[in-house]
Amino acid sequence: MNAIELVNVTKVYRRYGRRKQFATLKSALLKGSLIQDLQPDETFPALQGVSFEVAAGKTYGIIGRNGSGKSTALKLVAGITKPTSGTVTVRGRISALIELGAGFHPEISGRENVFINGIMLGLSKREVARRFDEIVAFAELQQFIDAPVKTYSSGMYMRLGFAVAIHVDPDVLLVDEVLAVGDEGFTHKCLDKFGEFKRRGKTILLVTHSLGLVERLCDEALWLDRGNVRSAGDPKRVVGAYLTDVEHSEEKELAAEDAKMTDETSAAASSGQAAPGGVEGASGAGAPGSAEDMARADEGRWGSREIEITDVTLKGQDGQGSHVFQSGERIAVHLHVRAHQPTNDFVFGIGLYSAEGVTCYGTNTDMENFQAEEITGDGEVTFTIDSLDLVEGTYKLDVAVHKRDGYPYDYHRLLYTFRVKSRSSEVGIYRPKHRWQFSANIKFAPRA
Amino acid sequence: MSGLLDSLRQLPRYRGLIQSLVARELKARYRGSVLGFFWSFINPLLLLLVYTFVFTVVLPGGWDEKLGPRALFLFCGLLPWTWFSSSLIESSNVLISSGNLIKKVMFPAEILPIVSVLSNLVHFLFGLIILVAFLIYYHAPLQLSELVWFPAVVFVQLLLTLGLALILSAMTVHFRDIKDILANVLTLWFFATPIIYPMSQVTDPASPTAHWAKLLINLNPFTHLAISYQEILFYPGPFGHWKWLVALGVASAILFLFGYFLFDRLRDSFAEEV
Repeated sequence: MNAIELVNVTKVYRRYGRRKQFATLKSALLKGSLIQDLQPDETFPALQGVSFEVAAGKTYGIIGRNGSGKSTALKLVAGITKPTSGTVTVRGRISALIELGAGFHPEISGRENVFINGIMLGLSKREVARRFDEIVAFAELQQFIDAPVKTYSSGMYMRLGFAVAIHVDPDVLLVDEVLAVGDEGFTHKCLDKFGEFKRRGKTILLVTHSLGLVERLCDEALWLDRGNVRSAGDPKRVVGAYLTDVEHSEEKELAAEDAKMTDETSAAASSGQAAPGGVEGASGAGAPGSAEDMARADEGRWGSREIEITDVTLKGQDGQGSHVFQSGERIAVHLHVRAHQPTNDFVFGIGLYSAEGVTCYGTNTDMENFQAEEITGDGEVTFTIDSLDLVEGTYKLDVAVHKRDGYPYDYHRLLYTFRVKSRSSEVGIYRPKHRWQFSANIKFAPRA
Repeated sequence: MSGLLDSLRQLPRYRGLIQSLVARELKARYRGSVLGFFWSFINPLLLLLVYTFVFTVVLPGGWDEKLGPRALFLFCGLLPWTWFSSSLIESSNVLISSGNLIKKVMFPAEILPIVSVLSNLVHFLFGLIILVAFLIYYHAPLQLSELVWFPAVVFVQLLLTLGLALILSAMTVHFRDIKDILANVLTLWFFATPIIYPMSQVTDPASPTAHWAKLLINLNPFTHLAISYQEILFYPGPFGHWKWLVALGVASAILFLFGYFLFDRLRDSFAEEV
């Protein structure tokens, strides 16, 4: 039997035009547009023909980006709003952990609020009384239960709200991103409570951005994208598909950003070239190319362009241009260079920076004892890192070609951005290849 | 129409919730004040003191001493009016101020204006205790045959207030400025009701506009409530206004149903508009 059923549900929110925002009863009466003003000017579909069902006793996760309609779906299931079309069926008592402690009155004590909140959520006074001690113990508020709620910290407030809602003993529990309520210990307690619900055959509908939680807790998952179901079924598969999609759109974003950057700077550089004295003067005064200067300079492009870097592409393991890489994968930086006149004084350099501006790595052909002999015409330079051992984050790239004394031919400062993804959540910058070893008496559960 | 009846049938189920919310309102209102719950008694007393001061010291005259003590007359009208006007002002704002309940919890929204009206009813009942003390002090001519009408008057006022409260609370969600208009309308309404002056003064045949004034004031539903309270508690003689009261009772019941119907129709828009 299904505990929750949504059949072809569409929810359209009304969006009112400017006229409505400033509408007053007076103006409505004067213009005789009272009825008309109650009609929406514009509509916004939050959900479009969404269908899914949750079998009784299952835990179901809904994932998706901000604004994809997750919370709307939850509100429809909770009965807070009605669908514009389609049907929503829920069997059994619902408790919604959407906003914790909604309806707490700040002036009265935690004790009285527990009673009123419990009654609001559908318990009788006697039922609340019976569960009262358990609720207070769960919220860890024994000492403060008689203090007015306005004196509570936000964590205490949320904990009490969570404790009441979860002790309503619902058949269907709706959870909207509320696990960030307390400290680690409380979060574990909440997860344990969810586990207990599961064991007792209750249905849980979970809306969250915590994909790990969905994989761990849910029997099934649903991915909503701009109000449409993109994928549903096995949580691992749905989460995987979702992550791939997020990577793709990040990729697109970074590519757009890069294109914008290089456009802007090449426009600036070409205007600089029109007045050659500017470049010369700059190189004389600031001596760009000295290590100190490089670290300080903002993103941009400068140089005399006797040798020019005409194109920079980042390629991943598959040889395709990319802006998102998995930690540990291969990354290759391709430079397309053009020498306007042959020379024997040239150095290629690469710098790698974290988003905070920390230099992760920097090298050039001179440091690595390549003896420059000649460059003529168009050429290709490829810089390959076989294993990109960086932790998850955004990184920026410098590429440059300059004389041995640092005089810049073409310097691209922080113009290229890429993201490193990792399925684990280590911290830092560098992710060395590593392994753990344990003696036989130290045991871990086998990992999923 | 069947939807309306269904919703109405749900109401008794919320008894416990309404009860505890009214209790919460009462507790929360005076929390933190030194005198606490005594304010329920002190407020009407102070109100009466202000009006008595105005009409005996600042603006004396215009009162036929044969009628009886003016302070008592004022009190008979002021106390129900306070219940009426504070209920309407509170309920016009109640859906907006409790927005998180409507948006985030499954909550029967009609309970909110009902709770506003009922918690003000409780204050009214506390005020009655002060009124009784005054009645005894002034040796008011009370008769049991009149007093049995008293609960009926309160009930009619309750229906009327509930109906208006439901309409106002639902409409204010869409037109926020009702709140501001309401305060002024209530001031006008107060002066258009025989509370600080006796009805007999309005119907003085010597005045050329008496006919129109009388018609206007008779159309005001609160006139008949005020007169009913005054006849029962203040004026000697039998309760002669009962026909008006019954008519008003029927009208109020219809208004209440209409208010509930309107509220029910607009209910789905609350979660999105609040």
